[in-house]
Amino acid sequence: MPDSRLGKAVIASPLAIQGLTVSYDHRPVVHSVDFITPPGSMSAIIGPNGAGKSTLLKAALGITRRLSGEVRVFGRPLEQETRHLAFVPQRSSVDWDFPARVIDVVGMGLYRDLRWWQFGSRQLRRRAMESLARVGMEGFAERQIGQLSGGQQQRVFLARALVQEADLTILDEPFAGVDAATEAAIIEVLKSLRDEGRTLLCVHHDLATVRDYFDHVLLMNVRRIAAGPVDEAFTEENLQATYGGRLSPVQLARLVESPRAGRRVEAGQR
Amino acid sequence: MMETWWRALTFTLGYNTSLVTVGAMLLAAAAGMVGSFVLLRKRALVSDAISHSTLPGLALAFLVMGVWQGDGRVLPALLAGAAASAALGLWLVQRIGERTRLGEDAAIGAVLSTFFAFGVVLITVIQTLSVRGQSGLTGYLVGATAGMLYSEALLIAACAVGLLLALLVWRRDLLLLCFDADFARTQGFDTGRLDLLLLLLLMAVVVIGLKVTGLILVVALTIIPPVAARFWTDQPMRMVALAALLGALSGYLGVSLSSVREGLPTGPLIVLAAFTLFLVSFLFSPRRGVLASLLAYRRLRQRVHLRQGLLALGRDEPIFDGLTLKLLQRRGHVRRDGVATPAGLAAARDAEHEERLWALYRRRYPDDALHREHAGLTPIGQVLSADAIMALEAELPPAETAR
Repeated sequence: MPDSRLGKAVIASPLAIQGLTVSYDHRPVVHSVDFITPPGSMSAIIGPNGAGKSTLLKAALGITRRLSGEVRVFGRPLEQETRHLAFVPQRSSVDWDFPARVIDVVGMGLYRDLRWWQFGSRQLRRRAMESLARVGMEGFAERQIGQLSGGQQQRVFLARALVQEADLTILDEPFAGVDAATEAAIIEVLKSLRDEGRTLLCVHHDLATVRDYFDHVLLMNVRRIAAGPVDEAFTEENLQATYGGRLSPVQLARLVESPRAGRRVEAGQR
Repeated sequence: MMETWWRALTFTLGYNTSLVTVGAMLLAAAAGMVGSFVLLRKRALVSDAISHSTLPGLALAFLVMGVWQGDGRVLPALLAGAAASAALGLWLVQRIGERTRLGEDAAIGAVLSTFFAFGVVLITVIQTLSVRGQSGLTGYLVGATAGMLYSEALLIAACAVGLLLALLVWRRDLLLLCFDADFARTQGFDTGRLDLLLLLLLMAVVVIGLKVTGLILVVALTIIPPVAARFWTDQPMRMVALAALLGALSGYLGVSLSSVREGLPTGPLIVLAAFTLFLVSFLFSPRRGVLASLLAYRRLRQRVHLRQGLLALGRDEPIFDGLTLKLLQRRGHVRRDGVATPAGLAAARDAEHEERLWALYRRRYPDDALHREHAGLTPIGQVLSADAIMALEAELPPAETAR
């Protein structure tokens, strides 16, 4: 049972991070960050390079060791509830020359449901193929993963997460180094997941698309700067605080007031 | 001589030899499987550290058994000693890697040479003492199956079967660890423990293999068969299975060869057999082999020349390149005097059309086009679906008037 002292928001949240601190070499890279992911939301974690966005995710998922803080999934400790989470890592985190086909990688999302005496089944293969179809990659099932383009590799990772049918999907920069068409395809899939009532949490780099893609944001730079619905938290003041004055007034005005005006602002370039 | 080998190959050289052969095959199969995972985890050199750090433990165990029992050659005790010092060496490698800024490779180098040096000193000391069975000790350096006892062969075979079973049980966990350890963690797999498990399995293989291939060469059994297997398949489990098969085959060939004449070293023969299998894979594998890529290169060159030739024909430019002319002539696109035939002109128009379709495709889908193999040279109909081509055709700007 969830601890009765916990708040309602924490018990309802698929990922509630409280006081999370991570340090490398005695220097905190994430310092006491709180974020309660609203269920059914599409949330973005935003901040400049080196702000600890990916580290926050990895620590929240138990990949990186945390110095302090609590992570709860529906009010229970993360370790007991990993089943509710699916993770889409950065593409560059694996060796794409690995001897595996697309279908093998997607199948890895099902490994924990397989006992050692099982040699896979038609049903599992069907589930994997369905996930691939959802990201438009069903024609590539038998391809060696090294032969895929960057955008295709990203979609394979997304399919591996889809196959788990998790309540919360966590993505680490899913749009890094993919072409515009792939980005549109991925966001389409993510939005359809949200429409099914699932929650999404993304590390995101492109400030210009935040308003189009997400409904909640966490602005951070080692520490939490602001969090909440995009309209409330994604403000000029908060952005200025997050990026430490690295955004020009023109950029800021464009981002905050007329978000659909077009030109992309890559964070941290200025 | 050939006859003896034949009898060894057909398991008719006596019960003992057959058991030794089967034991070596099982061991090599297990080594190939463990080695595949270790290789995919990018820690192939760890097996070298393990094998070299077995020596001091082996020598110490020999010494203790020699003093206590009068004869040092007690396989279970020797293996236990080897395992203990290998574990110590592994632990040191891990600690150095964690606690200092040295990489794992540096830690391996330091640990394996120190342990090996200590082991060699111990062996020299043993040689000055009058303990029985000293000659048996060198067998652990290069491997000796000839004088192997029935009980020893049985022990090796039983351990190898146990290892194979363990690998079967944990195959998916280990594979996930090798491909994407971070992802494995989010799935609730304890990657720290899995890494330890992999190391323990590797250590077990190395220790059991000491008597068969010797400690210097046992590392080859964990590296060569997996690397050879990688040439034949892109599927992870198939690679592991194939590595086991190639390992077993090397063991079979090596042990049977070494029984042909007294004094032939088993370890080197097994390794040479494994290398032969690697060489065959390296040269003739249809996927990644040298021969296949050479042929693919030639095909590509012909395609490029042909395409360039046809485009030149279409633009009515002179062709000087010998290979291009030869290819065009062979296909009947030009006459011997270099003038285009009607068929050649038609082919030239087709080539131009293809070229424009591909150009449009590259403009529209730059990311996809980048990763299509030889985008632009393969007929577009073989790569894109009919629908996709129709869509491109519709967008194609009207052709410039042909000259």
